[in-house]
Amino acid sequence: MDVPRILSANWELPGSHTLEVYRAQGGYTALKRALEMTPAEVTQIVADSGLRGRGGAGFPTGRKWTFVPAKEKRGGKPVYLICNADESEPGTYKDRYCMWHDPHMMLEGMLIACYAIDSRAGYCYLRGEFGFVQDRLDEAIAEARAAGLIGEDILGSGFDCELYTHLGAGAYICGEETGLISSLEGGRGQPKLKPPFPAVEGAWGCPTVVNNVETLSVVPWLINHGAEAYRAIGTEKSTGTKLFCASGHINRPGVYEIPMGVPMTTFIEEQLGGVRGGKAIKAVIPGGSSVPVMTADEVARANMDYESINEVAGSYLGSGGFILMDEDTDMVRALTNLLRFYAHESCGQCTPCREGCGWMYQILQRVDGGTATEADLDTLLDLADNIHSKTICFFGASAAMPVQSFLAKFGDEFRAKVASQRAQGAAK
Amino acid sequence: MSGFLHHSKLQEGHGDIAWTVTEQAEIARIVARYPEERAATLPLLWMGQQKWGWLSYDVLRLVARTLHLPPSHVLSVATFYTMFKKEPTGTYLIQVCHTLSCELMGSERIIDRIQDKLGIQPGETTADGKFTLMRVECLASCGSGPMAQINEHFYELLTDERIDAILDDLANGGSVTLQPEADRWTYPAS
Repeated sequence: MDVPRILSANWELPGSHTLEVYRAQGGYTALKRALEMTPAEVTQIVADSGLRGRGGAGFPTGRKWTFVPAKEKRGGKPVYLICNADESEPGTYKDRYCMWHDPHMMLEGMLIACYAIDSRAGYCYLRGEFGFVQDRLDEAIAEARAAGLIGEDILGSGFDCELYTHLGAGAYICGEETGLISSLEGGRGQPKLKPPFPAVEGAWGCPTVVNNVETLSVVPWLINHGAEAYRAIGTEKSTGTKLFCASGHINRPGVYEIPMGVPMTTFIEEQLGGVRGGKAIKAVIPGGSSVPVMTADEVARANMDYESINEVAGSYLGSGGFILMDEDTDMVRALTNLLRFYAHESCGQCTPCREGCGWMYQILQRVDGGTATEADLDTLLDLADNIHSKTICFFGASAAMPVQSFLAKFGDEFRAKVASQRAQGAAK
Repeated sequence: MSGFLHHSKLQEGHGDIAWTVTEQAEIARIVARYPEERAATLPLLWMGQQKWGWLSYDVLRLVARTLHLPPSHVLSVATFYTMFKKEPTGTYLIQVCHTLSCELMGSERIIDRIQDKLGIQPGETTADGKFTLMRVECLASCGSGPMAQINEHFYELLTDERIDAILDDLANGGSVTLQPEADRWTYPAS
């Protein structure tokens, strides 16, 4: 497979996290180039590239930037950029690699984004466990500031911009952009109703753009190579490359940069080295734990892009957290594990999610532990249906989709556990 | 969940505490990053936790005073986030990820191993105050599971032998000589 490398191009270089090495690879030339354009021209390149948000939702990045109201309509309010480095969707660990191996690429992307949306301050919000990553970013920011790349009158352009890091403290919900904003503002990380969307009324009531680490890290390449070059990679609607983080029963787990549209089986065989122990695939969760699970048959027919995964399996490419489960995996146990996660991480704000996630987890523990009935499985689906799309943020759907898809696609395993329990009960 | 959600120890405080002059200067720098003082709540809770080990009412009140916020606000924030300690922990806080990718790779076996070796259950601290064991949700190290975060370091690709060696090293006052593998990566496939 011909693998173009945009995000991971420098990862192997010794000292790839330093300004010196980044500059030797042409780092910060995109910033210089962008500062010679108008902000609208920069945004246009990003929009034309077809780049879609890499945090999970896949929303077109360029379009998101255009949602920031024009200066005359902002009533003197400043604009903020937030880099979402909360990375907490189970199965996802690519942003840590981006920040660890090439922090300057992300910082350059943040600076260009700030210029495009007329922001003078960007915050990188890291999950609390990433204290060691924050240290690395702070060093990179200090280096860049000393070189005149952050601060006042950047590269003599008259553009002023400060970048800061901000550490969370352990809460999955802070990866949701409005929950993140609540947390950045110094409160509990509880999401806010949309609209108003953050681009209009975000952090401190000001227009705010929230972009994922990977998304922002692509931006310098787009400025240097142009939208056409990016569109030449991948598929028509899923342009460019994407970082996939593979985990589970595979021979070579790791972060892989591949062009969108690669057949999933090719990715599994060529990059991941196939299934461990030569076993058969039972299931794949393609985009982080929240997206619907895929069967082996669906895996065989899908490509690694937004459209194909959705058309073939009704699932989503999401964050690129690719979890493979082999033929021996107990799907009841796997789903119980995931619902323990959602029950623990629900922020508690909306009743359906707060009560429902814990309830679903309890039922699944009963199924797994041998005390469930078939009526419990109906209740499980009923609960999922009553949580999905009935909460302030997307967390509710994120907890419901695994339940719905596991039961739809692997329901036999759940019914078999219930039936065997009943048979055992009858035999006593 | 175990341990941290029950904060009955909050009132066992730190007494009359204050920031040093150097810390006050650092706090001024932190506050200046944001348009509102309240945004420094999390950074100051981190500072307090680093300095005093955990967040008693005394530390929470100090943070509230420093940022001119109601103590109830600071308490509500401190109790929302799992990483803010509402009670003391051992010198080494071992947080083992037990979410799906790690479970598929054997995190339960690693937790059992640590329990056996240290003689404690998740949520407990060893009698010598050295180790606290916690089960935690996904730490974004899914391709290197099973894994644990010990204090600030990630320890990945854990095996029985490796976790034994790490615990022995730390028990003997080790300086974390077994380097964590935060910089491990596997691209491109070889």
